[in-house]
Amino acid sequence: MLSAESLKRFDREVAKYPAEQKQSAVMACLAIAQDEKGWLAPETVEFVANYLGMPPVAAWEVATFYSMYELKPVGKHKLTVCTNLPCALSGAYHAVEYLRQKLGIGPGETTPDGKFTVKEGECQGACGDAPVLLLNNHRMCGRMTPEQIDRLLEECK
Amino acid sequence: MALLGNIHGVLTAGLNGDHSWRLKDYVARGGYEMLKKILAEQIPQEQVISEVKKSVLRGRGGAGFPTGLKWSFMPRSLPGDKYIVCNSDEGEPGTFKDRDILRYNPHSVIEGMAIAAYSIGATGGYNYIHGEIFEIYQRFEEALDEARAAGFIGQNILGSGFNFELFAHHGYGAYICGEETALLESIEGKKGQPRFKPPFPASFGLYGKPTTINNTETLASIPFILKMGGEEFLNLGKPNNGGTKLFSVSGHVKRPGNYEIPLGTPFSTLLEMAGGMRGGRKIKAVIPGGSSAPVIPGDVMMDTTMDYDAIAKAGSMLGSGAVIVMDETTCMVKSLERLSYFYYEESCGQCTPCREGTSWMYKIVHRIENGLGKPEDLDLLNNVLGNIMGRTICALGDAAALPVQSFVKHFRKEFEYHIEHKTCLVPKDVQWAGSGFHHFE
Ligand SMILES: Cc1cc2nc3c(=O)[nH]c(=O)nc-3n(C[C@H](O)[C@H](O)[C@H](O)COP(=O)(O)O)c2cc1C
Ligand code: SF4
Ligand code: FES
Repeated sequence: MLSAESLKRFDREVAKYPAEQKQSAVMACLAIAQDEKGWLAPETVEFVANYLGMPPVAAWEVATFYSMYELKPVGKHKLTVCTNLPCALSGAYHAVEYLRQKLGIGPGETTPDGKFTVKEGECQGACGDAPVLLLNNHRMCGRMTPEQIDRLLEECK
Repeated sequence: MALLGNIHGVLTAGLNGDHSWRLKDYVARGGYEMLKKILAEQIPQEQVISEVKKSVLRGRGGAGFPTGLKWSFMPRSLPGDKYIVCNSDEGEPGTFKDRDILRYNPHSVIEGMAIAAYSIGATGGYNYIHGEIFEIYQRFEEALDEARAAGFIGQNILGSGFNFELFAHHGYGAYICGEETALLESIEGKKGQPRFKPPFPASFGLYGKPTTINNTETLASIPFILKMGGEEFLNLGKPNNGGTKLFSVSGHVKRPGNYEIPLGTPFSTLLEMAGGMRGGRKIKAVIPGGSSAPVIPGDVMMDTTMDYDAIAKAGSMLGSGAVIVMDETTCMVKSLERLSYFYYEESCGQCTPCREGTSWMYKIVHRIENGLGKPEDLDLLNNVLGNIMGRTICALGDAAALPVQSFVKHFRKEFEYHIEHKTCLVPKDVQWAGSGFHHFE
């Protein structure tokens, strides 16, 4: 189901918590599983739950509660643009519009070739660098002027 | 680098951007000396706590609760597991200071947590890090490895017999997990839904054990406070508002970023440090403490100093120290619409007044913004928010209501104009230009 590499990362997370509190690692393990698979299918969530010895429904509750888990396939490159007020005052919606021009998609959509998904997100704790976007949940990109967006899209090709 | 300036910098003193976060750099700045001293001299717990009390350090996470007092609530001599938890789930719109502390000075957080653990009798700790800042989480993990290898955390620290195991927990996108009991639920591997209080975390916290939760900036300040002495830290600020504080300045200023200044510094000085208003435009409004704090008209703000008491007197809250600056190109209805959407989206749904109320507030502000508002809507909004405030399990309910209440109070004319003319008082093209891409200096 998941690579040996991912399972090794699972064990590293489990070791952070008291032995009888394995469930504490569920957020991290779901994130690791998503890193490998691109999204969380029901059977992936169930696998994680079984690995941690918790009821699948409890793992499913976690997967649906936190916004960075994807419960449906997304594009290879997911761009989450923060549009909360502080960022909106400094070009967040301009960045969304610019992405629409370049990729032909708006928030919540994926390009037909499956390469890009654009999402609107909430405050990423980086408002001083607005406009900001998060690439694939991992890389924070700040000061995303048109030139910077061009550069990023080029890099993602 | 978003640490752009300081006056009497304490937390940010001597930092050199991305080049000085490692253990050796922190040690060169005098880091871990306090932990060493406390352990070597076996300084009594009460004595550490009393020094923190003297500094009048108030929690930097939003509520401003005195840290020393909070620590003294812990049943520190009770046998069994106890925890110290650091709240780095920074998600309050406008706030980006904890990210820079973790990025540029992670060891100050680790040392602060170790000292806190010693003082409250905890042997376990977690730092809960906001989901969106994965790179910072990775850096913190690296810093933890360094501290562990150097023997500053782990078993029998520096041969003192004191044990303290510390780990990082990575969030995954939920504002509500910044609320301390939701955060504990989240570490336990559950949905982040706040708990009823009492019992308070000091008696029933993580895994049901006594737990103290503090903000990143609070904990990072501890080593510096103990080193300079509580009284000296207090005197940097003003009475009842001890020390310096990081302010995250965002919005319509020339140089958005973090600035560390003594509490009690005039807002006008902070604004000047941030380069002044973008394009030399006129200041219209400021949210001085993160999106949950009431908005204040610009002219009132210009006469206010940056500390808990002065901002409270001006009708708002210092909160997390996130200063959102808006100029005359801002439509207040549109701004409130975005904030109301946020609270509606982030309500955990556990209590009816918050779940239904945030949905109603968003719907009403949304229809006003889109030209479908009715004259009775402003009273209706006040009605809805009155039904939320003070009637919910956690403070998110009030956090959602306060912006609505204050925007309508201070900018009622703009809301009325919207309802009557079905469009903004500030022309759309002016708004669009004002909020456009900004080229950084
Ligand atoms: C909805 C909500 C969100 C919060 N978000 C944060 C946060 O991101 N960071 C934080 O330190 N405190 C946050 N708090 C406050 C915490 O509950 C808690 O008071 C704080 O972490 C205590 O630390 P301090 O005393 O050092 O400030 C939030 C509270 C609420 C109600
Ligand atoms: S006030 Fe809102 S966020 Fe807080 S517990 Fe109730 S429903 Fe959840
Ligand atoms: S509002 Fe966009 S990162 Fe904070």
